Amino acid sequence: MKRDYAKEILAGSPQAVARLISWLEDEDERAYSIMEELYPHTGRAYVIGITGSPGAGKSTLTDKLIRIMRKGGLTVGVVAVDPSSPFTGGALLGDRIRMSDHSTDPEVYIRSMATRGFLGGMAKATCDVVKVLDAFGKDIIIIETVGVGQDEVDIVGLADTTCVVLVPGLGDVIQSMKAGVMEIADVYVVNKADRDGADQLNMEVNARIEQDIHIKMSGWVPPVNKTIAVDNVGMQDLWESILKHRAFLEESGRLVEKRRKQTYQETLRMIHNELFRLIRDQLSEDGRLDRLVEEILERKRDPYSTMREILSEWLDSTPKYKEAL
Amino acid sequence: MAKKIKIIVAKPGLDGHDRGAKLLARIFAEEGMEVVYTGLRQTPEMIVAAAEQEDADVVGLSSLSGVHNYFFPRVVELLKDKGLNDVLVVGGGIIPVEDYDFLQKSGVKAIFGPGTPTMEIVNFIKSNARAR
Amino acid sequence: MFDEKVLEKIKAGKEKWDQGPVAKTLAKAPEQKPVFTTISGTPVERIYTPLDIAGLDYERDLGFPGQFPYTRGVQPTMYRGRYWTMRQYAGFGSAKDTNARYRYLLQQGQTGLSVAFQLPTQAGYDSDHPLSMGEVGKVGVAVDSIEDMKVLFDGIPLDKVTTSMTINAPATVLLGMYLALAEEQGVPWDKVGGTVQNDVLKEIICRGQYIYPPKPTMRLTVDLIEFCQKHVPRWNTISISGYHIRESGSTAAQEMAFTIADGIAYTQACVERGMDVDSFAPRLSFFFNAFTNVLEEVAKFRAGRRYWAKVMRDRFKAKDPRSMMLRYHVQTGGVTLTAQQPLNNIVRVALQTYATALGGAQSLHTNSYDEALCLPTQEAVTVALRTQQIVAEESGATDTIDPLAGCYYVEKMTDQIEQDIDDYIKKIDAMGGTLAAIEQGFIQKEIQNSAYRFQKEIESGERIYVGINKYTMEEPPPTNLLKVDMSVGDVEAAKLKKLRAERDQAKWKAALDNLRKVSQTDENVMPAVIEAVKAKATVGEICDVWRDIYGQYRPKEFV
Ligand code: B12
Ligand SMILES: Nc1nc2c(ncn2[C@@H]2O[C@H](COP(=O)(O)OP(=O)(O)OP(=O)(O)O)[C@@H](O)[C@H]2O)c(=O)[nH]1
Ligand SMILES: [Mg+2]
Repeated sequence: MKRDYAKEILAGSPQAVARLISWLEDEDERAYSIMEELYPHTGRAYVIGITGSPGAGKSTLTDKLIRIMRKGGLTVGVVAVDPSSPFTGGALLGDRIRMSDHSTDPEVYIRSMATRGFLGGMAKATCDVVKVLDAFGKDIIIIETVGVGQDEVDIVGLADTTCVVLVPGLGDVIQSMKAGVMEIADVYVVNKADRDGADQLNMEVNARIEQDIHIKMSGWVPPVNKTIAVDNVGMQDLWESILKHRAFLEESGRLVEKRRKQTYQETLRMIHNELFRLIRDQLSEDGRLDRLVEEILERKRDPYSTMREILSEWLDSTPKYKEAL
Repeated sequence: MAKKIKIIVAKPGLDGHDRGAKLLARIFAEEGMEVVYTGLRQTPEMIVAAAEQEDADVVGLSSLSGVHNYFFPRVVELLKDKGLNDVLVVGGGIIPVEDYDFLQKSGVKAIFGPGTPTMEIVNFIKSNARAR
Repeated sequence: MFDEKVLEKIKAGKEKWDQGPVAKTLAKAPEQKPVFTTISGTPVERIYTPLDIAGLDYERDLGFPGQFPYTRGVQPTMYRGRYWTMRQYAGFGSAKDTNARYRYLLQQGQTGLSVAFQLPTQAGYDSDHPLSMGEVGKVGVAVDSIEDMKVLFDGIPLDKVTTSMTINAPATVLLGMYLALAEEQGVPWDKVGGTVQNDVLKEIICRGQYIYPPKPTMRLTVDLIEFCQKHVPRWNTISISGYHIRESGSTAAQEMAFTIADGIAYTQACVERGMDVDSFAPRLSFFFNAFTNVLEEVAKFRAGRRYWAKVMRDRFKAKDPRSMMLRYHVQTGGVTLTAQQPLNNIVRVALQTYATALGGAQSLHTNSYDEALCLPTQEAVTVALRTQQIVAEESGATDTIDPLAGCYYVEKMTDQIEQDIDDYIKKIDAMGGTLAAIEQGFIQKEIQNSAYRFQKEIESGERIYVGINKYTMEEPPPTNLLKVDMSVGDVEAAKLKKLRAERDQAKWKAALDNLRKVSQTDENVMPAVIEAVKAKATVGEICDVWRDIYGQYRPKEFV
């Protein structure tokens, strides 16, 4: 008997969720029709992104936030992303450990994901997984990104509230302030406030925010929260900051705006991805891509005309591709 | 996108011996698997919840504190209760040979003792993990 | 130490030897491998000469036993005065089972006791806690209350024997029980001697029996040190442990370096508490490993003694010589022992014992040949104890102090290891200290990388491991394994039920309430703990009070 995954998921089956996520990760065709069925049931969850440098305390913060949310009766989905090794393709997914206390709570669903070569601090399928958990009925979805560097800021495209976690004494703060990471924060977290330099960092961040107000003009001044996540200190305030940001987005109509933008990006991206996948798979199948590459390398042809040639071929044979959809 | 073997490496009970488990976790990842290492002090319920949510193909149990006969069958049982029948369960650690039979009968597919070359374990997993 | 002219001559001679006989022999027959390394991966030269230790200054770098920098030993007569304490780590089943093993060992000439607690006790759970199911008495003795402690030491006068207890996060509780028991036996606290491990940092690094987050758990550690300094002067308040670091995969130098880093963190914490360094440092003790490469181990011990002495003198400005002495217990390397051809392990342990004796330890546990199979059987532990006795009585290693001093190779390696230690300590300082280095996983990752490298060497055949990758053979499955009955769990649970029903409830409650109150202030918890154990509060009940206040800890795992 063919299983109806969408139905199972809507009825609350964690296993159906788990399998669907695997298929999404694998880009397995079976996933897409299920996603179509689930889509009408999405859009309800509030999505929180937690990003920051490696070891900043993202998982510890997530663990403690889950605790607060559960006390408040909210159900939670977590997507924790760790990098895949570019050499072996394997991955060590270590974030889950810190959330062990919640692992048997049926209202908390934690899923680890490997980036599988995808850049931007997330896995390619992360945005789909968020939808699955949304349809699954989780009130809040937390995305813990890979420990990010400077330009890996895809999380803004996905989260309603993005928390940027900073820690004192890393020495790279000023550095990262120059780059994109700071611009994306809706809420700042100065974690490890038990360490020397926390106040200093706090000041620097606040100064920076003041500068930005004039440029950003968004009407939202990102609050800075000091936390000691390991000792569960400052967590309630952090949660309140997130709630305030949510209220701001909702009341100002910016949530709708934000989601419109996200949907726009996502729709384009999905078209892009699928087109790309179809063409790539077709080209790779009979080894043609390799041959083309060789020819380009030997300067027997150039990549520009090759691209045009392939696209025009593809457009000519669209009925054939239509089948695949 | 090539399918990857997803494996949970878990330490059931209060056992703190994690040298072998961490070594294997690293080697599994190097062999292209996606590895969730659960850390210490896992109850069978926690291990099975992780296996369920992560859609794990394999659950690897490591025990060096003489509690394998208590914990391993419980993990298998809970997996079965949840209908996760095709998850491959393997184990290792300090396990007297005389217990192998009991453990295998209760659903642990293979047991690997001290001194086992890690590639032997990797090969076993690769050839016995399910497709999904 | 050598005359310039002599060195010149040796240098010329060595060059001639290299280019002459060595080159000629190599041309005919290459050596067995291109590079020789110790088990820690340190390259080893063909020979060592005075050239390698040209900078050695006898007075400055070696000195005399019992004198700064203690390279040659911490005591002026060493084993000529008294052998190391022979102290087998033992514990399984109920307190009664283990008491029988202790009496047997003492009869066989063992000179100190060492308690292996069951994992529930080490994790601060009672035997009837849900998380204790299946674990009770399995790999250590079940001690839930002072009643168990009484049975454990039944017939053993606490002023006649010293006891080491491997207990960490709940160390205050088990020491509290021991002290209360001493009182009951009529032994004054200043006559009680022994050690608690009390080293919570290495639990986070590599042993896994942590309970509370780093800061509050360190507070308990320091409370214990402070209390004993005032009231139990002969007690070793901590056993700063490299043993487990090495067992987890570290090299010899890393073992010493990370242990000293932990030692610095504890000393710092005590100083920050306001204690004068010389008031507590003489009672800091250490615990190391001994692997089979005898010469490397000896160098490690010597380097560690020298480095610690300097740390205490220069960093902490200690004045009392006893503060500068690295006094330590050794356990032979369990992880070097194989399940394959287990009798071979007797030989490994003998070499490791020899290394310990040449290295100048204060006490020793020798592992049993069935190490990789089960807890030691009585037969196996007897052989292990006899191994110590043979090395002490027959080998001659105990007749003169630090006999390998002046050996070019050992001196060179001592220098090298000391240098490695110093490099690590500087790195850790730069990270913001030991706690920060642990939190970032630096220490854990260094250890695991070494473990990984070792495993790869074995599997590639680069390093020979007898019975594992060479000289293997078919064997029947081992028999005669020590088994702990599953029924211990029920027995212990029943005992607890009775205890809880029969104790003076009001007294018990008042004691726990008081403990809770004290734990929320800066006051030392020890008196309240002792009061609570006397009121028959259990290990789990006391640890729960702190779980409530301090929270539970789940460290990041670095793979
Ligand atoms: C190293 C060690 C330690 C270290 C652990 C460090 C660490 N972070 O892991 C330290 C010193 C901390 C330690 C402490 C204790 N130890 Co210990 N320890 C050992 C020792 C010597 C070696 C284990 C080891 O790491 N081997 C190297 C690794 C690579 O091998 P491995 O784990 O066996 O893994 C291989 C296979 O077993 C298998 N495998 C293992 N796990 C898995 C998992 C999967 C999924 C698969 C497929 C395969 C697999 O594959 C691996 C590769 O070959 C053994 C004895 C021995 N020689 O085996 C005792 C031993 C396990 N320890 C023992 C005891 C009792 C303890 C203590 C409980 C004592 C006490 N009462 O305090 C403590 C407490 C530990 C705790 N917190 O739980 C006993 C257990 C007795 C029993 N089971 O009946 C042993 C057997 C020693 C003995 N004979 O007394 N120990
Ligand atoms: N001192 C201190 N340590 C903290 C604090 N929060 C977290 N840590 C420690 O910092 C380390 C990293 O914490 P994680 O939560 O794993 O950090 P992360 O950002 O999720 O790390 P990655 O996912 O690996 O990038 C751990 O050792 C934590 O115990 C804090 O507030 N103070
Ligand atoms: Mg994380």
